[in-house]
Amino acid sequence: MAGVHLIERLWSLKFVTGLRCRECGREYPAAAQHACEFCFGPLEVAYDYDAIAAEVSPRRIAAGPPSLWRYSALLPDADGERVDIGAGMTRLRRAPRLGAELGLSHLWIKNDGGNPTHSFKDRVVSVALSAARSFGYEVAACASTGNLANSVAAHASAAGMASIVFIPSDLERGKVAATTVYDGTVISVDGSYDDVNRLCAELSASRQWAFVNVNVRPYYAEGSKTIAFEIAEQLGWRAPDAVVIPVASGSLLTKTHKGFGELHRVGLLADEPQVAIHGAQAQGCSPIAQAFEAGSDDVLPVKPQTIAKSLAIGNPADGYYALKDARATGGRIASVPEDSVAEGMRLLARTEGIFTETAGGVTIATLERLVREGAITPDQETVAFITGVGLKTLEALEAVSTTHLRHASVEAVDEALSGAHFGSADLPSRAGA
Amino acid sequence: MSATVTIPTQLRSLTGGSGQVQATGATLADIVADLETKYPGMRERLLDDSGKLRRFVNVYVEDEDVRFIGGLGATIPDGGKVSIIPAVAGGAPEGHLRVQATARL
Repeated sequence: MAGVHLIERLWSLKFVTGLRCRECGREYPAAAQHACEFCFGPLEVAYDYDAIAAEVSPRRIAAGPPSLWRYSALLPDADGERVDIGAGMTRLRRAPRLGAELGLSHLWIKNDGGNPTHSFKDRVVSVALSAARSFGYEVAACASTGNLANSVAAHASAAGMASIVFIPSDLERGKVAATTVYDGTVISVDGSYDDVNRLCAELSASRQWAFVNVNVRPYYAEGSKTIAFEIAEQLGWRAPDAVVIPVASGSLLTKTHKGFGELHRVGLLADEPQVAIHGAQAQGCSPIAQAFEAGSDDVLPVKPQTIAKSLAIGNPADGYYALKDARATGGRIASVPEDSVAEGMRLLARTEGIFTETAGGVTIATLERLVREGAITPDQETVAFITGVGLKTLEALEAVSTTHLRHASVEAVDEALSGAHFGSADLPSRAGA
Repeated sequence: MSATVTIPTQLRSLTGGSGQVQATGATLADIVADLETKYPGMRERLLDDSGKLRRFVNVYVEDEDVRFIGGLGATIPDGGKVSIIPAVAGGAPEGHLRVQATARL
């Protein structure tokens, strides 16, 4: 009965021709299914690109909504079922001061902390729950390291769906509070993210719940392409030379690569993009970086022990393809020491006024390493992906130092700041005269 | 050497719907050969054209990922437990990650 329901709904996903196995190429109707029945390979959404090319244009996209749905032609768009709380169209900012510090003349920050629940996960959840709703699901669920939990709970509330999210019990307080506030069901599990993910994989076989990153994963993953679409549009319909992307499952990296390629395929980018796709991991959970450095195609699972909890996936689902994409584009997947994560967060804050979470610290620290080692050259136009805000991971900044005054007086300020220099602005006599 | 093999939903069409079956063999390769005899078609679902385990099939012997214990050459203890799990579903059987952490020290 579910099958009949799903096939009836198939035609509402505009331009989608079905699902295709990335390994063996077998095709399936567009339904809530994520692994190939034959070889277990991951299923991807397949499109009619000729039809898309006939429909899309920069002008039509610019006339679309100020969210990722302006690229609806290149997404599984369940027309009339969109769950849209404004994900996407985040700022692409020049980062001249960070660039000067690192030795890059054309550095940009794509700040996805500007999304509705303050991380890039809103992109994937908006697309996943739109598809889930079109398939008739009433319950949204996920396994999460935190950001996804926030986003699923928020989108479900806005869509009038129930939500059940599963998280490891050691998550940062900010991420837990930013999930429970939406009043869905939050289940914390003693174990790693990989344990939680396995539990959700088992549950998805027996429950009628849309696990956004399990049974609805093919649609969910498509949402990540929109970060590439936006960067190209914001640069005036051209691609950068290099991107640096934090890597957990590897899905954001592979879909960014796919996104740039699709823009060329449908004629939105005149030239074939030559974007070096770099990946960033923290050493405490770096299975893909380890395989990259070893020259291997096999990603061996690890037990994560990293401060960057949003990247703590020890058995990454898309690791193999992330390796492949990085190698094919001249990129690298590198890791950085744990103690450089908070340094990266501080460096971005100090130079550009952007407060990112630990994953962003990993990205900035890895960017620094890649420039230092010559993998990114000074004149390459580079975009660093900042995927979430720092308020969610305050625990990472243990030593918070302020200048404390016992009395609110000008004298106390002068005394406390004696010897400090702030340039011409620190001359109290001139300001007070 | 007899082992209990856990079959994922994707392969149950070959086992008449069974989620657990018995197979015999000293190594994982022997187990796969025995499964093929009992349930024809199983081999090509588990192994690629070059005879290696497919990339997106995770196999665990006694909750240990066979990638760490010799792949198809992994030894099967008598009365052992073999689990076949699609990789894209993510994760590993309970206990597996803890075991790996020890092995990596």
